[in-house]
Amino acid sequence: MKTSVQQINNLTIGFQSQKGQQISILKNINTTINKGETVGIVGESGSGKSTLALAMMGYVKHGLFTISGECMFHSNNLLEMNNKELENIRGRKIAMIPQNAGQSLTPNLKIGYQIDEALKLHTDLKKTDRDNKISELLNKVRLPSPETMAQRYPHELSGGQQQRVAVAMALAGSPELLLLDEPTTGLDVTTQAHVLELLNLIAKDTGTSMVYVSHDLGAIAQVSDRVIVMYSGEIVLDGPVRSILKNPIHPYTFGLLKSIPKLTLPGLPNSMSGSQPQPGSIKEGCSFYDRCEFADKNCKINSPELEYINDLNTHVRCFRHKELINQNELNSQTVKSIENKILKNEILDLSNVSISYAKQKFIEQLINKIEDKNPTVKDIDININKGETLALVGESGSGKSTILKSIAGLLKTKDGIIKFEKDKELSSDLRKRDPKFLRAIQLIFQNPDESLNPNHTVEEIVAQPLKLYFGLKGHELKEKIINVLDKVRLGEFYITRYPRQLSGGEKQRVAVARAFAAKPDIILCDEVTSALDVSVQAAVLNLLQELKEDFGTTYIFVSHDLAVVRAISDRVAVLYQGRLCEIGPSKNVYKFPSHPYTEVLLGAVLEPDPDIKPKLVAEDIVEEKPPENGCSFQGRCPRILGDICKNEVPPWQTTENGNSIRCHIKIDDLKNQQTLN
Amino acid sequence: MKNKKEKQKNTFQKILEVIKTMASKPSGLIGLTILIFHVILAITSPLYVPYDYKAIDPSLMLNPPSSEFWFGTDSLGRDVFTRTILGGRTALTVTFFGSLIALLWGGSLGIFCGLVGGKIDDVVMRIIDAFLSIPWILAMLLIVSLLGTTTLVLIPALGFFYGKGIVRVARAATHDVIAKDFIVSARARGHSNISIIWNEILPNVRDAIMVEGAMRWSWMLLGFSSLSFLGFGVSPPTPDWGLMISNARGLMSFAYWAVLAPIVGLSSLIIGINLTADAFAKALGIDRSTKAPV
Ligand SMILES: Nc1ncnc2c1ncn2[C@@H]1O[C@H](COP(=O)(O)OP(=O)(O)O)[C@@H](O)[C@H]1O
Ligand code: SF4
Ligand code: SF4
Ligand SMILES: [Mg+2]
Repeated sequence: MKTSVQQINNLTIGFQSQKGQQISILKNINTTINKGETVGIVGESGSGKSTLALAMMGYVKHGLFTISGECMFHSNNLLEMNNKELENIRGRKIAMIPQNAGQSLTPNLKIGYQIDEALKLHTDLKKTDRDNKISELLNKVRLPSPETMAQRYPHELSGGQQQRVAVAMALAGSPELLLLDEPTTGLDVTTQAHVLELLNLIAKDTGTSMVYVSHDLGAIAQVSDRVIVMYSGEIVLDGPVRSILKNPIHPYTFGLLKSIPKLTLPGLPNSMSGSQPQPGSIKEGCSFYDRCEFADKNCKINSPELEYINDLNTHVRCFRHKELINQNELNSQTVKSIENKILKNEILDLSNVSISYAKQKFIEQLINKIEDKNPTVKDIDININKGETLALVGESGSGKSTILKSIAGLLKTKDGIIKFEKDKELSSDLRKRDPKFLRAIQLIFQNPDESLNPNHTVEEIVAQPLKLYFGLKGHELKEKIINVLDKVRLGEFYITRYPRQLSGGEKQRVAVARAFAAKPDIILCDEVTSALDVSVQAAVLNLLQELKEDFGTTYIFVSHDLAVVRAISDRVAVLYQGRLCEIGPSKNVYKFPSHPYTEVLLGAVLEPDPDIKPKLVAEDIVEEKPPENGCSFQGRCPRILGDICKNEVPPWQTTENGNSIRCHIKIDDLKNQQTLN
Repeated sequence: MKNKKEKQKNTFQKILEVIKTMASKPSGLIGLTILIFHVILAITSPLYVPYDYKAIDPSLMLNPPSSEFWFGTDSLGRDVFTRTILGGRTALTVTFFGSLIALLWGGSLGIFCGLVGGKIDDVVMRIIDAFLSIPWILAMLLIVSLLGTTTLVLIPALGFFYGKGIVRVARAATHDVIAKDFIVSARARGHSNISIIWNEILPNVRDAIMVEGAMRWSWMLLGFSSLSFLGFGVSPPTPDWGLMISNARGLMSFAYWAVLAPIVGLSSLIIGINLTADAFAKALGIDRSTKAPV
């Protein structure tokens, strides 16, 4: 018999609408967290994941209230405790690691001091015991040399190390239950894999129960024993991780899994249509009805209950789950392999481009030069042909956005030349650039909340390039706006909306529409799907691909997600610290032999499958600056040869697959080493 | 054409909505009511004043309130009620236009500083800070004694001194917006600076600047009345609350009525503007940092 740590019974949480109605955002939640168990909670943004996690420590956000139900921690209802009682539980028995916990450490206090504060608050230990405990905790989260680490300030640690400190602080009170809200979102792939590994170790070491909230099924697959899938405030599926991810018997989970691009199955995944209903808008029937491929008449009128399936030890909320059992369609997932028409004509040519963020000294301003021996981006040589999709990959800080900004003219280059259509040199000063080249190169950004003016309607947003470049007015302008919106599958009625009245996916479509309205030759996409839910991501990727096929647009596609890149690109360039490591056709870059850095990146990719574990080959340290001499990757390279890597810039070598690798190790040796593991 | 009309309708609807939200809270409703009352009073009072505001009659000196003179008479025998309902007109007019000027120059300079950043921004802000450290009333006295106390001097002078705070707010708001990707996007498209300021920045900083302007209005009103009190604002015999308070303050112990009425007039207007500005900020969802002057 398993002992439960927390039991949630019939929990409904909601708010009072302006018209005085009660609107639930968590509906009738029933579940149990057992001792020593790690439970993953997944769902799209707005599905109620965080509200549920907060309720698990007796916290209901301002404006929300408990409509019914209870949240039992052992035999006490957390939702009925007063503040004093909760204080004794929070941090001591139940701890929480919020999103970006690592980044929110107090900047001017030493790590050791901050952990000590947590210990003072959550334990009754004496000073000497606390000092020992600090070392013990730092050891537990696998930080090297705890004594020196305790003396450091947060900014002296990498993102991954900061996150480890946050975990150490949460463990200070030896909690029975640890709640983690998107703990690895925003971290680099390699760092993320390391943090997940750490959480697994801690679960094993301490027997702490964990609740892991994330939208990322890849991360969930790596840490969870059990997975709860939420949709529109309801639990729709709850069961062991393997059964949920390998044989999902709820159409939503099924669709979600199918919309994730995977390295094991390259190509553009199908997207799930529609978006989650607004809270309170579902009056009758199944809340997934509008988007469900399996729906029938019954689903429209009746709401399914959460039903227990004995064979699978799974709870499911769907009338037709039986038809999904043994549907092995997941394996025969249909993806669209992309086949771009790439013309022979070169459209963009970067030769020897270096970019520096160093401040120009006065003299340098006069002669319009920057003296920086070690610029952020150095010696980038890339040709892009018309119609191609070139991807730039690398961890954050590797210079991907910096390169895009220079191409767009937003950042001056230090050295090198950027040419458009073979012979037209692009001025690196935006104001000196010919307007027709400005029109030819358009940008799409990561976060549509930032890239769309919140005070403009969709009409005004899309009108900008049309007015600026084509001087359209009045009736003609309006017609064109509607026409462009139609291309991104947004109906005419959207034109009067403001960005805040759109969902994440719709906002990104508006951003895409604005870029295409300029009739550009090249579109620079900077992490355009990173801020989106997976189902929406697939839809936006498919849209971008269709538009490209219609208009023959060239894309430079920046992403840190290797599976997304694999799905959409013809060619991949791998960057480390602003230096190129490897470049070649994507189908080959993903095959060994690879550059040692590519190998590290590929190893860290998280597949939504608990049986495919990431390979952690290199440390997750982060370097502040690129090294001055030798190979850019020397600081972290697991295959480093020695002095030659530190002193000499490695040569370009070409593999039999046709991709170019910049490394001192001979291709044949790399092949032998990399096929070994 | 149709487009423009639609837009006007939209703006009108938005304003209506803001006012509705403001009036939905008791404090906002009270503020709006007081303010509107004062504005209507200032516009219409000449139509129904019972007496001539400058008619001096020594025989009626310092009469207490009566059915004939509701608020009594002052030391020159003038009707206090007449003078009180007329006494806010100059103050309201001068400070309203003064605030507009403050908004205009403070807002433009603030946006400019926020936009260019770097050295120029530093230098301008230093100068502003230096100005802020001069006691404004001294500077005002200097200006007024050099150029006289006509409204044509007072409006721009007050507008100048009360614009400094607006510069800060406009600059900070611009700084917040300027790093956003939609500005980067507009620059990359090749829009001119003017177009970026007008289309991208202004709509996003407008609310913050207007709230600050409304706040400054009540400060300015207090400042203007202080000037009148000191004899540098409105010149007699024009009725003005600050001046009335100043003239009658020595007689407070035995003729309270001559002071009380203008005090109530002035403070109710300031409170009214304050409550309105507060509700305005709340309705627009802005966190106000500036504290009210009273
Ligand atoms: N405005 C800036 N000033 C100084 N350094 C910067 C600036 N923007 C980016 N950098 C630095 O340049 C490097 C590359 O950054 P970026 O191009 O944003 O990388 P990526 O897009 O690959 O994450 C990083 O080390 C980053 O810290
Ligand atoms: S109940 Fe019907 S609509 Fe809901 S998920 Fe199942 S099949 Fe789809
Ligand atoms: S050149 Fe040396 S340090 Fe660089 S990737 Fe190759 S082996 Fe590693
Ligand atoms: Mg970036």
